[in-house]
Amino acid sequence: MSSVSQTFMKLFRGSSGPETIPAQGSQKLTRRSSGLGELSRTWQSAEGICILDLGSTSATNIRHFTERGHRIYSEDLLTASTDPELITTDETGAAALDSRKFLADNLVYPAAHFDVVLCWNLPDYLDESLVKPVVGRLWSVLKPGGMLLAFFHTRDAGPDSPCHRFHIVGADTLEMKKIVLRREARRVPSGTAQTATADGFQLQRVFNNRHIENLFRDFASIKFFLARDNIREVLVVR
Amino acid sequence: MSAPASGLAQIGKSVVIKGELSGSEDLYLDGQVEGSIALKGNSLTVGPNGQVKASVDAKAVMVQGKLEGNIQASDRVELRKSAIVTGDITTQRISIEEGASLKGKVDTHRADVK
Repeated sequence: MSSVSQTFMKLFRGSSGPETIPAQGSQKLTRRSSGLGELSRTWQSAEGICILDLGSTSATNIRHFTERGHRIYSEDLLTASTDPELITTDETGAAALDSRKFLADNLVYPAAHFDVVLCWNLPDYLDESLVKPVVGRLWSVLKPGGMLLAFFHTRDAGPDSPCHRFHIVGADTLEMKKIVLRREARRVPSGTAQTATADGFQLQRVFNNRHIENLFRDFASIKFFLARDNIREVLVVR
Repeated sequence: MSAPASGLAQIGKSVVIKGELSGSEDLYLDGQVEGSIALKGNSLTVGPNGQVKASVDAKAVMVQGKLEGNIQASDRVELRKSAIVTGDITTQRISIEEGASLKGKVDTHRADVK
C-alpha cells in the first residue's frame, strides 16, 4: 500500500451502509451515515445555524431543521443543471455546459453565508464542466469553519448506481429514494453532455481519494468515512 | 389534482394579469400573474397551469404550478408534487409533496406566544 493510501486509511472511519431495506414500497432504503452523525452535532449544539441543502427538495429535511430553529435553504442543483439553455461548446468544439451562466443563476448567496452545506452525491452526477466551479462557489458561500458533507461512489459501486434523494430521519440515519426526473428535466438535446435519462441521473465518474482531495484542496481539512455500500462519505471543513 | 371549489374566485388559464392583485376572498389562479398578490386572511391556490411571478401575501398558499417570488403565509404553505417554486417562504406550517421543487429559504415562524 502506498504512503498516500496509508495516510488516507488513517483518516477512514467506520461507517455503516444501508442496513434496512424497504420501508413502504421497494425503492426506499435507510442507511447509517457516520458523516451525518458527526455533522449533526453541529446543529444539535448550536442555535440558529444556516444550512444549504443541495439535494432534491425534501420536506423531511426542511422540517428537521426548522423544528430546531435553524434556517434552511433548498436548491436542487442537479435538476438545475439539466436546463437546455446552459448548453454551449468548449474550446475544442465539444458540447459542454456553461458554468458561468449556471453560477449566475444558481448558488447566488452572500459570501460566508452558510454554516453547513449538504452536498449529498451531487459531485458524482453533475456534469464535468460544472463540478469544479460549483465546489469553488461552495467554498465562498461557506463560513470559515463551516462544514460540507458529500458522498462519493467507489469503483465497485458500478456505473448504474442510481441517484438518490436523501431525507434525514435521525441523527445519523438517512432515508434514500431513487430520483425520478420531472418530464421537463428529461428534455436534454442530443449531442450534448447527458447527465439525465428518463430513468434518472447517470453516474458521471468515480473520484478516487486523490481526486477528492484535489477537488477540495482550498478547504482547511477533509475527513473520509468508508461505508459498506461502496460509498465514501467526506466531511470537509472550510 | 385539486379542482377549484365552486363559489371560489377564479382566474382561468387564458388570463394574464400584470400589476397588483388584492382581495378579501379565497382565490384559485390558473393563469399568469406578474406583480404582487395580497390576500390577507384568505387563501391562494395556484393551479397546475398557473404561472406566477409575484410576491404573495396570504393566509394559506397552495401551489400546483409555477411560482417565482417570495411567499408570506400567516398560516400554511402546501407545495404539491407538480409545484416549482423559486423564492423564500415564511410561514407557520409547510408541507411539501415528494417531487415538488423549491429553490429558496424556508422560515417557519411560530405564532406569537404570550
